[in-house]
Amino acid sequence: MKNEIDKMYEQEPKTWYAKLLAALIVAVLMAWSMSAVQTGSTGGDGLAVAGRIVSGIFHPDTELLFNFTTSGVAYLLLETMCIAFLGTIVGAILSVPLSFLSAVNLVPKPVALVFRTFIMAIRTIPAFVYGLMFIRVTGPGPFAGLLTMSLCSIGMVSKMFIESIEDLDTKILESLDAAGCTMFQKIRYGILSQLFPDFMSTIIYRFDMNLRDATVLGLVGAGGIGAPLIFAMSAYKWNQVGAILAGLIVLILIIEVFSGKIRTKLARG
Amino acid sequence: MGLYDKIFKPKKIVLANGKVVEEKASRTPLILLLLLAATIVSVRITGFSLTTIFTRGNQFFVILGQMFPPNVDYIGNIWGPLLDTIKMSLLGSFVGSVLAIPFAILASANLIRNKIVLGVVRVFLSIVRTIPTLVAALIATYIWGLGTMAGTVAIAVFTFAYVGKQLYELIETVDMGAYEAMEAMGAGKLDAFLTAIQPQVLPAYLSVCLFCLEGNVRYAAILGYVGAGGLGLILNEKIGWREYDSVGMILIILFGTVLIIEALSHYIRKKLT
Repeated sequence: MKNEIDKMYEQEPKTWYAKLLAALIVAVLMAWSMSAVQTGSTGGDGLAVAGRIVSGIFHPDTELLFNFTTSGVAYLLLETMCIAFLGTIVGAILSVPLSFLSAVNLVPKPVALVFRTFIMAIRTIPAFVYGLMFIRVTGPGPFAGLLTMSLCSIGMVSKMFIESIEDLDTKILESLDAAGCTMFQKIRYGILSQLFPDFMSTIIYRFDMNLRDATVLGLVGAGGIGAPLIFAMSAYKWNQVGAILAGLIVLILIIEVFSGKIRTKLARG
Repeated sequence: MGLYDKIFKPKKIVLANGKVVEEKASRTPLILLLLLAATIVSVRITGFSLTTIFTRGNQFFVILGQMFPPNVDYIGNIWGPLLDTIKMSLLGSFVGSVLAIPFAILASANLIRNKIVLGVVRVFLSIVRTIPTLVAALIATYIWGLGTMAGTVAIAVFTFAYVGKQLYELIETVDMGAYEAMEAMGAGKLDAFLTAIQPQVLPAYLSVCLFCLEGNVRYAAILGYVGAGGLGLILNEKIGWREYDSVGMILIILFGTVLIIEALSHYIRKKLT
């Protein structure tokens, strides 16, 4: 018995040198990165600022929080939700053809590679650059934000779409063929029913993320809750920052709970 | 949805053997109606109009057109901020991922039996996750001043929340047999965790961290916009001066970097699993 255990131990692959090497590489990289930690001048005590921020967040400006006009938190959140909602939908619509064209089981490999590189290029351009480009098209406002969101969504959404398309079970199509189905029926009962839950789940997940990322839009004046938040911050009005953040956090948490429920339902069928 | 079934009666089908089965009415019309309503409200509020896109859509390509050909001479000024961006994302991802470990353990229902601890840690993780990275970076610039430190902190916060959630979900799905056996043999909780659970979650954990790092390089480029150092800083400056050919060069370099980092991390992740 004892011998057998020892034998098994000896059979264990010796990977300590690989682990050591990995640890060494990480350590060297971290030491190298440490040089990036430079603090600038804050023009004041950092801790005092932190204290004011925290106290502002715990004492939100209730007037702003419960103001139901177009400058109140409620309307801004509604606007942000609308931007994220339509942005996600437009982005998903744009992603569908792109992801079909980059799925290796449907198109030749070089074509797929070209479209994948294209998708990556779309992903690389930061949101605020898109924001600037779209403001030329639509003028500042939520419409520009919506279009920005849609382009920013393409990267991740099409990545997930491609994965679900490549996981398609083609045996189902064969059996539909054998049963004598027409092309339309094959698409309706063989392909759509396989893809639909995955696609919906991806879209809902992306909606979640877009809601969170919508603050970026405020930087370039593309609507949503970002602009008032950033203005309040640069004016050191921490109570207003607290009110906006409180509203945003509550909204995101609620949406997250709902989207999680819908997504588990979709996954289980 | 009991109410829905009462309004739209389920269809009754009599099978060949006389048995009656009920087919519940499809929910699709209701969902479609809700989606349609949401779309209409959103179109109203955001001022979405297809005609604007078609008539003025060419304006979108104006700036894009000015980015090409990119200003190759500018390349010398890009390396410094680029390295800053990479350093920020490396360090931020590392710190965030390491900090996430204890919190993820405290949020795993199969290791911690105390409901209160579980609840508090999970709510904390969710709240941190809702803070937009940009806001975290802005707050950090007020505390640590303009510079890469603020960006590093923002990335660490984001990574912490993301990896924390993924890790506790990983820990909750491990096979608990080995852990229970270790405990039955008298091992302490820490020993049991290190020998029974750590090997099961480590590859997936590292893979999540690497995935996060990939995204962080991209995020780090945005953070410069609020003064948190890195590529975003010069990007913002060049956009301000309308030197779009330099912007094009920065974006091309960023694209190359992201491509290399993604290829590397993809390779390592494949090896891990």
